Amino acid sequence: MLDATPPLRLVEVRNLKMHFPIFSGLLRRRSGEVKAVDDVSFDIYEGETLGLVGESGCGKSTCGRAVLRLYDITEGSIRIGGTEIGDAGYTTLRAMRPTMQMVFQDPQASLNPRMTVARIIGEPLDEHTSLSKAEKLDAIYDLMDAVGLNRNFANRYPHEFSGGQRQRIGIARALALNPKFIVCDEPIAALDVSIQAQVVNLLEDLQRRLGLTYLFISHDLSMVRHIADRVAVMYLGKIVELAPRDALYASPKHPYTEALLSAVPEPDPNLESARDRILLEGDVPSPSNPPAGCNFCTRCPKVMAVCKEHEPITREVAPGQFVACHLYDEEISEIAGKTAAHEADQSIQQGE
Amino acid sequence: MPDGGMPVLDVKDLKTVFLTRSGEVHAVNSVSFDLKAGELLGVVGESGSGKSVTMMSLIGLLPSPPAEVRDGSVLFNGEDLLAVKEERLRELRGARIGFVFQDPMTSLNPVFTVGYQIMEPLRKHMGLNRAEARVRACELLELVGIPDAKRRLGDYPHQFSGGMRQRVMIAIALACDPDVLIADEPTTALDVTIQAQILELMKELRQRLGMAVIWITHDLGVIAGIADRVIVMYGGQIVEQAPVKELFANPQHPYTRALLKTIPHITGARDEKLSVIEGQPPILADPPVACAFRARCLHRFDRCDRENPKRRGVGPSHDAACFWDPATGTPRNA
Repeated sequence: MLDATPPLRLVEVRNLKMHFPIFSGLLRRRSGEVKAVDDVSFDIYEGETLGLVGESGCGKSTCGRAVLRLYDITEGSIRIGGTEIGDAGYTTLRAMRPTMQMVFQDPQASLNPRMTVARIIGEPLDEHTSLSKAEKLDAIYDLMDAVGLNRNFANRYPHEFSGGQRQRIGIARALALNPKFIVCDEPIAALDVSIQAQVVNLLEDLQRRLGLTYLFISHDLSMVRHIADRVAVMYLGKIVELAPRDALYASPKHPYTEALLSAVPEPDPNLESARDRILLEGDVPSPSNPPAGCNFCTRCPKVMAVCKEHEPITREVAPGQFVACHLYDEEISEIAGKTAAHEADQSIQQGE
Repeated sequence: MPDGGMPVLDVKDLKTVFLTRSGEVHAVNSVSFDLKAGELLGVVGESGSGKSVTMMSLIGLLPSPPAEVRDGSVLFNGEDLLAVKEERLRELRGARIGFVFQDPMTSLNPVFTVGYQIMEPLRKHMGLNRAEARVRACELLELVGIPDAKRRLGDYPHQFSGGMRQRVMIAIALACDPDVLIADEPTTALDVTIQAQILELMKELRQRLGMAVIWITHDLGVIAGIADRVIVMYGGQIVEQAPVKELFANPQHPYTRALLKTIPHITGARDEKLSVIEGQPPILADPPVACAFRARCLHRFDRCDRENPKRRGVGPSHDAACFWDPATGTPRNA
C-alpha cells in the first residue's frame, strides 16, 4: 500500500455500522436489532472497481446504500473525496449527491413507468443544474449515445424497452451529473446471460472513458472476477476478506472465501469434475442474533475453540490481502493448532 | 448412464401457442426430444426461450386459455400424455412424474405443515394411511438431508430456510418414487453455497434412486457439473443437442458457441474483455419461417432468412439446427 505514487483514496469507510431496530410486542418496544452491516472498513481508490461479494442477507446491498448515505447510519465514518458524509446533514449531502450515484438491481422497479426516458435521464439535471431546455436535451442525447441507446427512443416509456436496455437507462441516469463514484448494486442480476456481458462491457468502457470509480456489488463471483480490481467478501455483516482480485481468486485465505469460491460451478464439464468442493453445513445464522466470537464459526470447516469466544481482528496476511480469521493469528493458532483437529471432529458430530 | 434403452419420455413435434390480445405467441415450436431411463437431461436457454413452457406443456400444467398445445405427441412409457384425460394426468403427476420449481416459498402452501404436504401425495397416490404416510414422510426428509426430521414434519414452510425448503420440495417430488423428475431452475433462487449442497444431494439421490431427471436452468456451470446430456433452446426451438462433454468441447450452433464465450470463468485464465452476443432475443409473434437466431448471428447468410434450419446430425449423438459448419467456416451442403 506504500507505492511510490500512492493512488488517491476516493472513498474511505471506517467502522461503518448499520443496525436496524426490531420492534415487537404490544407497545412496539425496541427488542433487538438486525446488524446488517457491523463494523466494516475499506477504501476505494480512484478509478478502480471494488467488488463486494457475499450471499443474500450478508449485508452487501445495505453496505452499498449506507456508503451513499441513503440510510442514516448507526455509526462510523464515510469520506468521499475527502468530505466526511457519515454524519452530514441534508444540505451537505445534497451538495455531494452529484458526485456519488447508484445503479440499481432491478431496472423495472427503479424507473418510473410514467416518465419517458428523456425525463428519467433528465431528472437529475432538473434537480442539480440550471441548464436551459435545449442544453438539457443535448445532454440527454449525449448520455443516450454514451450508453448505446437510440436517440429516437427518447420519448418512449420504460416498458417499451427490454431488460438490458432498461439497465442502460438506469446507467445513463446515474451518469447525468458526471459523478466520480458509482455504486452498482447487482446491476446484472436480473438480466439474461447473453445480455449481462453487454452491460458489463458498457460499464467497463464508461469507466475507462470517464475515469469512474465503482463499488460493484454482486453475488456472481465469476463476473466480479472479471470486472473488479480488488474484492471484498462479506459474511453476516462483516468483511471477512479483502484482497486484490488475482490474490483472492488464486489463494483465498479465509475459510469462507475458500468455500464460496469452490461452490461456484465452472461452465466446463472436465474442469468441473476435477474441482474440490468444500461443502458448508447448514445455513447463515440470523443477523439479529449472530453467534458469539467469529460470525462464521457455526459453519466453518476449520473452526477452533477460540473462534467461538473471540472475534477475530483483521490482519494483512499478504500485500494488500486483509483477512479476519484466527487461523492467521500466530499466537492463537499455535496454541489452538493442537486442539483444532479435535474441535473439528466435534463440530461435525454436532452439525447434523 | 444407461444408453440405448427405451426412452421413458418421448416428445415429438410439440407446439405450444399462447393466445394473447395482441395475437399469438409461438412459445414452443416443433420441439422433439427423448429422455432415457436414469438419465439427467439438462435444458439450457435464456428467459423466453421456451424451456419451462415446453416442460409445463408435457404434463398439462399450462392454463388453457391462454395456452394451447397445438400439435405433437408426448409418449410417457408408451402412453400419449396429450391424448389422455385430465384424471389420468392427475394420477401421473406427482406419482410417476415429480416436480421441483424455482421458488420453494411460492410452491409450498404456507398454511399447511411440511409433513402434511409430503404426506398428501403418499396418501393420494399410494393409498397409505396416516401412520404409514408419516413414517414414509419422515424417511423422505432424512433422505434429503433435513436434520431432526421427525420433529420438523410439524413445522410450516416459513420455519425453513430457502435451501431447506428446496429440500422439502425435492422430498415431495420424490415421495412416490417417480420415473421422471422435472426440476425447473431448482437452484436459481439459492445462494451458491446452498446451491452446491442441493447439487450434491441431487447427485447422491440419482445414484440411490435411479430416476430420470430433466433439469432446466440458464446456468451453464450447473449443467456442466450435473447433466449427462444437454439440449439448448433458443426462440422456442431446440437448436442443439449433445452429450455434456461433447457440447462444451465441441459446440456447433453459433448461439451455443457465443453463449459459452460470453460467460466469465471462476478458474483458469481471466478474459480481458467479455465477448458479447449483440441484439435481443426474438419476439415469437409469428411461426418461424427463418432461423430464430439470424438477427444476432455472426455467420448469417441468405439461406438463413429464407428457411428455418432443421436439426441434423453433426457428430456422434450430437445434432444442431444450423446451416453453417464451424469446422469449415462455410455453409453445410444441403
